[in-house]
Amino acid sequence: MQASIHEGTAVPSAAKVGEVMQAIAEHKGCGTSGGSGKASCGSAAGQGDLPTEIWEKVKNHPCYSEEAHHHYARMHVAVAPACNIQCNYCNRKYDCANESRPGVVSEKLTPEQAAKKVLAVASTIPQMTVLGIAGPGDPLANPEKTFKTFELIAKTAPDIKLCLSTNGLALPDHVDTIAGFNVDHVTITINMVDPEIGAKIYPWVFWKHKRYTGVEAAKLLTDRQLQGLEMLTERGILCKVNSVMIPGVNDKHLVEVNKAVKSRGAFLHNIMPLISAPEHGTVFGLTGQRGPTAQELKALQDSCEGEMNMMRHCRQCRADAVGLLGEDRSAEFTTDKIMAMEVNYDLDTRKAYQAKVEEERVAKVAAKQEELSTLAGEMSDIKLLVAVATKGSGLINEHFGHAKEFQVYELSTAGAKFVGHRRVDLYCQGGFGDEESLETVIRAINDCHAVFVAKIGGCPKADLLTAGIEPVDQFAHEFIEKSAIAWFKSYLDKVNSGEIEHVERGDAEIRQGALISAA
Amino acid sequence: MALKIISSQCTSCSACEPECPNVAITEKNGTFVIDPKKCTECLGHFDSPQCAAVCPVDDTCVIDNSFPRYQVPA
Repeated sequence: MQASIHEGTAVPSAAKVGEVMQAIAEHKGCGTSGGSGKASCGSAAGQGDLPTEIWEKVKNHPCYSEEAHHHYARMHVAVAPACNIQCNYCNRKYDCANESRPGVVSEKLTPEQAAKKVLAVASTIPQMTVLGIAGPGDPLANPEKTFKTFELIAKTAPDIKLCLSTNGLALPDHVDTIAGFNVDHVTITINMVDPEIGAKIYPWVFWKHKRYTGVEAAKLLTDRQLQGLEMLTERGILCKVNSVMIPGVNDKHLVEVNKAVKSRGAFLHNIMPLISAPEHGTVFGLTGQRGPTAQELKALQDSCEGEMNMMRHCRQCRADAVGLLGEDRSAEFTTDKIMAMEVNYDLDTRKAYQAKVEEERVAKVAAKQEELSTLAGEMSDIKLLVAVATKGSGLINEHFGHAKEFQVYELSTAGAKFVGHRRVDLYCQGGFGDEESLETVIRAINDCHAVFVAKIGGCPKADLLTAGIEPVDQFAHEFIEKSAIAWFKSYLDKVNSGEIEHVERGDAEIRQGALISAA
Repeated sequence: MALKIISSQCTSCSACEPECPNVAITEKNGTFVIDPKKCTECLGHFDSPQCAAVCPVDDTCVIDNSFPRYQVPA
């Protein structure tokens, strides 16, 4: 594939032409890195053969490109409250302002309110490039509201990408309408392709004026999902498949799901951990069904990562989330506030801002590439995880104590690869002091050898060291991947010289509580 | 002769509203209500009351015993 410099991309003057072309190529998802000699795609491994037209579609979509999610924001508008199926991991009755799971929202919007909100957010957050409708029910169980919203936004903010996320039951009926609105991205939640397994996940579906239950319901759902997926990919619409990993129910089966969706042209597979706690009031929460551990999730994602891209940066956000993935600014944009806002939608300002973001991205990839070359020739089987405190832009720019989540990178002689994130926010826990919060953090990143931060206090530093996790603050405000590779190289040197001994870490916990930022 | 929606259980998801063949369901004060004068329990339309079939919360769209059961006009 040809690497071309697109508009708004700055070329660092001091760098050699070859390095820059490499950086841009990788930035576009198709670099060839030194070392293995194999085509590689940086953090988003597997994007190697992405054609330009597909890269153009995903490069600023935070949910379709891991690299993009450090820089670009998305928003969901909750215009679709109704649903046509029941899932054992979902409870629509639950309504807590501090709750964050798909299916939960603070307020639902009319299409007109949603359009106003999109303009208000786009004016305030110029890197907001994507508008998704993800519920809180199913967008296609509310087709009039969903498509009316798309129609209004396409008129007033034509540069914003439209996407939607559906359970797929009604999908085959709406594929042509979806294509008609130039929706480039559709996510389908597919948890099974075997109705026997489906019957354990879905108590019922409502289709053509009838409630179906058991295996019959699951058969209907899987047939419609796969048919819808095929129809979308035939039309060139990019499809992401979301799957909820439910240990003991569909965990092993998701390998089959992966094959089934890959063969039908799905672009990206997102295996997410089950969120399950009794206080959510879901069937799985009440029956004590557990979610996977961090290592169980990673092992399944790794085993599915063949020719297909795996998404590992999903934050399982609310149907009214606003902002970068991992942050939630929805409280700034309540209906009362947006109706009172003076909105000045300035396309030029947005474009100028996004051009700056592109410069930042290229610089980041170039820095990583340069550092990666220092690993050339290193021979080691060591693979380890490190946690990073970041506020975005691909930088180590968050204080340890302020981090609501840590991003996790796997380091090896092949470089630094993003493999997930760990939530450590304390909302809805109530009454926990600093000591407990530190324990929560340690449990969440217990499988990591080091944690990279912009700053950290003396006490947590000592406690982390006791837990066997090295706090690293010497790379404050530098690029994540470049810093991680530099640290890894020195780690290898110390291991080789016998100064330290490499030991494997244990497993880590995936937080089940709520995720939402304070306003 | 009608179903009713137990408002304390209604999630206000609106799924029932478009399913009603009699346009008997409307939103009122944040939850949905059934107009008993219009409700026919879906008799003559469908095998089972649509609001109850699509409702995500069990036992929320229920027969209102304060009315006699609906009779299909002869």
